[in-house]
Amino acid sequence: MNFDLTDEQRMLQDTLRKALATASDPWAALAELGVIGALFDEETGGFGGTGFDIALVFEELGRADVFLSMIDRALVPGLLLTAAGHDIADVIAGTEKLAWAHGELGARYDLDWVETRAVGDAISGQKTVVVGAEDADSILVTARHAGAANDQAGIGLWRVASDAAGLSLHGYDIAQGGRAAELTLENTPGEPLSPEAFDALSLAVAAATLAQMAETLGAMETVAAMTQDYLKTRKQFGRPIGSFQVLAHRLADMMLEVEQARSAVNLAAGHLHDAPVQRDLHISAAKNLIGRAGRMIAEEAIQMHGGIGMTEEYALGRFAKRIIMADHRFGDTDHHLERFIALRA
Amino acid sequence: MDLTFAEEDEAFRAELRDFLAEALPRELAEKVRLSQPLKKADYDGWHAKLNARGWLAPNWPKRFGGAEWGAVRRYIFEEECAMANAPRIVPFGLSMLGPVLQKFGSEAQQAHWLPRVLSGEDWWAQGYSEPGAGSDLAALRTRAVRDGDHYIVNGQKTWTTLGQYANMMFCLVRTDPDAKKQEGISFLLIDMTAPGVEVRPITLIDGSVEVNEVWLTDVRVPVENLVGEENKGWTYAKYLLTHERTNIAGVGFSRAGLDAVKRIAQRVQMRGRPLIENSHFAARVAQVEIDLMAMATTNLRIVSKAAAGQAPGLESSLLKIKGTQIRQEITDLARRAVGPHAMPFASEAIEGTNMTLPDPFDAGNVTGAYFNNRKLSIFGGSNEIQREIFAKHMMRDAT
Ligand SMILES: Cc1cc2nc3c(=O)[nH]c(=O)nc-3n(C[C@H](O)[C@H](O)[C@H](O)COP(=O)(O)OP(=O)(O)OC[C@H]3O[C@@H](n4cnc5c(N)ncnc54)[C@H](O)[C@@H]3O)c2cc1C
Repeated sequence: MNFDLTDEQRMLQDTLRKALATASDPWAALAELGVIGALFDEETGGFGGTGFDIALVFEELGRADVFLSMIDRALVPGLLLTAAGHDIADVIAGTEKLAWAHGELGARYDLDWVETRAVGDAISGQKTVVVGAEDADSILVTARHAGAANDQAGIGLWRVASDAAGLSLHGYDIAQGGRAAELTLENTPGEPLSPEAFDALSLAVAAATLAQMAETLGAMETVAAMTQDYLKTRKQFGRPIGSFQVLAHRLADMMLEVEQARSAVNLAAGHLHDAPVQRDLHISAAKNLIGRAGRMIAEEAIQMHGGIGMTEEYALGRFAKRIIMADHRFGDTDHHLERFIALRA
Repeated sequence: MDLTFAEEDEAFRAELRDFLAEALPRELAEKVRLSQPLKKADYDGWHAKLNARGWLAPNWPKRFGGAEWGAVRRYIFEEECAMANAPRIVPFGLSMLGPVLQKFGSEAQQAHWLPRVLSGEDWWAQGYSEPGAGSDLAALRTRAVRDGDHYIVNGQKTWTTLGQYANMMFCLVRTDPDAKKQEGISFLLIDMTAPGVEVRPITLIDGSVEVNEVWLTDVRVPVENLVGEENKGWTYAKYLLTHERTNIAGVGFSRAGLDAVKRIAQRVQMRGRPLIENSHFAARVAQVEIDLMAMATTNLRIVSKAAAGQAPGLESSLLKIKGTQIRQEITDLARRAVGPHAMPFASEAIEGTNMTLPDPFDAGNVTGAYFNNRKLSIFGGSNEIQREIFAKHMMRDAT
């Protein structure tokens, strides 16, 4: 058993931390440093790709006060394209602008719920909350060519160009930073990538969930550290508010939850490439825990900051929004609790 | 023991419902239901309707133009208005300044200012908090120095709710810097349009623009705008706080919020069924509903004691804590219910982004409301301070 980072991982962490703290265009900086390659294994042109590599990168992204949709632009599309036998050199270089469109109104958080239809290679339906869709040159779209709405079989994957006929986007800001869009497809032509994409999708979303959790862990660490600092420096009634025991104890509880979250991420990372049941069991366990811990930490941090914690100008609020909104991606605490129960049974 | 409302109270409720059905504009109620930002005209319009009916100032004595209702009737009023998605009555002039002037103001002040509160001619802001004086309000440093028949005021107030709409602000200022913290404070009425007053908006995490910084630089305030005696302001401030805490439990808001959650969870689909049928989600909703049922009764118990002439004192701390916990839990449920569609985000601060958000479940700005309502446990005496008040009282004999 060994919980230490390797020398290479430590170097990557340092590089990332520095770049995120200083770069004016973080995406370009990370792409140039080759960081995206850490998300993929050597066979596909990367230099990492284990759960631990993914967790390391995203934890650093979470610590920093920037929002990059690396999950949606690189990680998920890269894994989906790889599974379909495509080269992802441009994804790893950070030059290809991609998005992936899977979620639908009726699906909520269920991965197998697809009502968008494909007839031949013409796709019709609606996809919701597609992160980064407006920036993408092409979008990887799931659609059903066979089966009922919640069958795992019959879900295929297509690549749709952003200027394809019948594709329309309705874009908007999202609370964690960045933008997303609602997509409508009407007989939109797509390039077929894979007729049966569910297994690849499950793995890609498991990796994305891990990434989201690690990012949330990073944000939780930052928020806890900010709160610790604030309790030491903010004075009311002539003393630092951290000298009020009730606040100091709550900070201790926050720190405890951060450690729990770290262990949950470690566990999930270590099981990412297990067989699907073991993999998903650990992903669900961790996502449930992080959803609960995240809410507690975000809310307590705001509360203990008082009014200042509610302002847009102060970074705490942005971190709190990212933490809370993470529960709305890839399944919330309840979704993963139910899935955990089902997988354990 | 009798848990039912008296017949005349039920009759009042019916009358009130008729009034709300007729007087409350649909679009306004929709804005409130969907947690969209309200503008000055929205509040002014609603205040005017209530004022025309004689119901704008439920707590004021009749001789000042109030309804002079007892606590139970006020409770019914607050509950029905909230359930109908009426805008809240902006409290600063009506529930805060009004009672202070009625108790401590001069006759001239009462005659001048009170009618203007009712008519909406003045919009009041509350100038208490400062950057260094939040929970420790008595640490405030804004200075007022007497200069002939004026005070010269210098300092900074902050978190001033809806200060951007206000033309007047009641303000706590330090008039005797040498006295003990609480003893050198005075209660001044400041014209926000006077030279030297600068209002800067603060954007909150939900993108809303409802609080402000107010900078005061050599602002001249006529001495007749001093309320009561110089250096006695803390007494008036404390009196005001007890009024600030009426309706602190927010039962009506919680009922309306819970209704909204249930409606949303009917619309949201999960594996082809309404979310409300999911046992997990249903359990979350039921849990809050159970808490709310008990809290509503706690509230009524305390309120009817007050109706019998006993002032709600310590219990108001209890109501504040439980009431805000429940309200916050309900905003959490609404956000949870909409799933991935909690992510679309509109900012009042960035103009023009409001209009086009997808809202497939007709839920409105649930994420904004969730973040915005974090304030409930921070302002009006934070929940920690409420616990402190309560705990100190219980431990007062401990040695
Ligand atoms: C949206 C909003 C609107 C507001 N509107 C107004 C307004 O219109 N007018 C106005 O004057 N003010 C207004 N306020 C200010 C509000 O009253 C203060 O935010 C509040 O008093 C808390 O002060 P603070 O923000 O400085 O936090 P602090 O007092 O610095 O508190 C920070 C944390 O420490 C805790 N704490 C402090 N002292 C103790 C203690 N002794 N024991 C245990 N815990 C403690 C607090 O509970 C809090 O969790 C508003 C605030 C908000 C957020």
